[in-house]
Amino acid sequence: MSSTIELMIKPRKGWQPVDLRELWLYRELLGFLVWRDVKVRYKQTLLGGLWALLQPLIAMLIFGVLFTKVAPIRTDGSPYPLFVFAGLIPWTFFANSVTLASNSLIGSEQMIRKIYFPRIFVPFGMIAALGLDMLISFAFMGILLWYYHWPLSLRMLWLPAFVAGCFLATGGLGLILAAVNVRYRDVKYMVPFFTQMAFFLTPVIYPLRYLPHNLRFVLGLNPMAGMVEGFRYALLGSNVSWPLIYVSTATSLVLFVAGLFFFRRLERTFADVI
Amino acid sequence: METVIEIRNIAKRYHLGEGARMYGSFREVLSRPFRRSAPKNADGVRKPVDSFWALKDVSLDVQKGDTIGVIGSNGAGKSTLLKIISRITDPSSGHIKVRGRIGSLLEVGTGFHPELTGRENIYLNGAILGMRKTEIDANFDAITGFAGIGAFLDTPVKRYSSGMYVRLAFSIAAHLDPEILIVDEVLAVGDVAFQKKCLGKMAEACSRARTVLFVSHNLAAVENICNRGIVLHRGEVAFDGKSKDAINFYLHDLEDNSAVRQSHIVDLSNSPNRVPKYHPHLKRLELFDENDRPLRGDVPTGSRLKAVVYFNLETPCKTFDASVAFDTLGGQRICTAHSAYEPDRIHEERTGEQVFVCEIPSLPLVPGEYKIHVGLDISSDEVDWVEDATRLTVTRSDFYGTGVVPTKGVFLMPNRWELEPAREEVAI
Repeated sequence: MSSTIELMIKPRKGWQPVDLRELWLYRELLGFLVWRDVKVRYKQTLLGGLWALLQPLIAMLIFGVLFTKVAPIRTDGSPYPLFVFAGLIPWTFFANSVTLASNSLIGSEQMIRKIYFPRIFVPFGMIAALGLDMLISFAFMGILLWYYHWPLSLRMLWLPAFVAGCFLATGGLGLILAAVNVRYRDVKYMVPFFTQMAFFLTPVIYPLRYLPHNLRFVLGLNPMAGMVEGFRYALLGSNVSWPLIYVSTATSLVLFVAGLFFFRRLERTFADVI
Repeated sequence: METVIEIRNIAKRYHLGEGARMYGSFREVLSRPFRRSAPKNADGVRKPVDSFWALKDVSLDVQKGDTIGVIGSNGAGKSTLLKIISRITDPSSGHIKVRGRIGSLLEVGTGFHPELTGRENIYLNGAILGMRKTEIDANFDAITGFAGIGAFLDTPVKRYSSGMYVRLAFSIAAHLDPEILIVDEVLAVGDVAFQKKCLGKMAEACSRARTVLFVSHNLAAVENICNRGIVLHRGEVAFDGKSKDAINFYLHDLEDNSAVRQSHIVDLSNSPNRVPKYHPHLKRLELFDENDRPLRGDVPTGSRLKAVVYFNLETPCKTFDASVAFDTLGGQRICTAHSAYEPDRIHEERTGEQVFVCEIPSLPLVPGEYKIHVGLDISSDEVDWVEDATRLTVTRSDFYGTGVVPTKGVFLMPNRWELEPAREEVAI
């Protein structure tokens, strides 16, 4: 009567798509993993969830002083703190998510060696948990907008689309790095450096205008460049480069799909080499 | 009979050299194309990739309701087989068909997070083991009750004693109720009382007519719980039959070192059975019979036995103790002779080669085969331990002087009996 579930175990070969049916079966586990990552992240800290806010806040203050007093940067109308915070929201999410996601699998070594579950949930759970941090930053953005009497507009309805874009880019990169990290721990050392450099290649602290035209297109290969522009458009109504946003969106999609396949490919050896 | 697991020609290869290289860095990968010709030996032949077949061609049919004990020495492939069935790792070739929901328990407490409370970990670990939230809710009280952690439910598990931690971990696992349960050596946890409780729970689970695959070194547990036994030897099925027969086969027919049993002068300094983390302090074990001659072969029940332990103290120390422990082949400790138990022993500072002589006036073991382990403590901390240093076969003898030879149980206890004088019936 119970023999409904039939499973075939054999060597897996080649590139395989994600098994959506299985992900659905295990959906509760994803929920628990996200919940765990949220709960655990700020355990035994004094400030707790406030840390989610402090990082972009302090960055905003420092950049605010630096680029209004020391080396003034002209934005297109929005006060610099608003300008930079709108860029820091997606960037902070991206940098933290990629770092934590790339280390997530090796942090769950014990689980991977001892039990089967869709491994993809480990980096995904981590990224989803950081989505909560982004939500906290959005709340603070609301306060900033109110403080500067910045008008609300219908453009803000674009926001979910750009948030989704951030998740795609982060997810794709997170999956690839997490999977490679299982085998080559170089990733662990590479990622912090890489995010630090990428920060400067993303128009977070400066407007895109500052770059020469021919460089702007290349910047689209950085998925976060378009997302940061998108955030500014949706939140502040900034004048942004749509071609850049299109290229970044395409890059994000490609990265995500490639990440899924790449992860599935490497997944089968995780338990043996981790 | 319905076949729930169909294992066909399963093989698993691990790459040794390659595996080691896998831990390397990008530099290795990047430079690999340039070193194509490097790993050739003198004859100009490319060195074959070092690989190790953990399993070669294993085929089995598991019927619904079977409780199978998988036994075999270390490295026989037991855990690899379970890992493949639980889908943790892919086989290199062959296939397995599984009908039914699998729950595998290769370790208790997988995914426990030290920062989370007992309550939170029950949900997390339950979900990792494949339980639905509603299932965990339904079993929640049973789990906490079985673990006996009621008052600590909302304390982070990092503050738990190791015993509590393990009890909680096991009781979550014990409430897993899949159609096919796969268990690897998880009963070797907790104190003896809790192990007993776990075995009881396991036996109960098995009697619910589930299908169970159980790997254990605890042969007694395998015999008690399982109806079918499979002996794996070097990646192949060496025996498949009744669990009792499988255990016998494992203990007697598979033993390839019968020569070791004869002499009881054992060099311990390079013993492969030493607990790997220990530095070799123990040098030699010698057993002598009741006439003070080096013991050869077997020893009769109740006879005098002398064990001489040679060891080396690298630094001067005053408190050091040697011990000789006796286990059944099933791994159950029967007794330990320990120099710390000696009231008249000399305490003085010593360094270098030392010798402890242990005298057992009357060996109280029932006829059978026993493992002897040797250990050394310095300042009450174990510094060396050689497992299964030698095996002792105890033969029958007239221990009680009555001609009745005891064969049941594991040890002999001096005991006196007296029949009360016949009573007269008192009429009321």
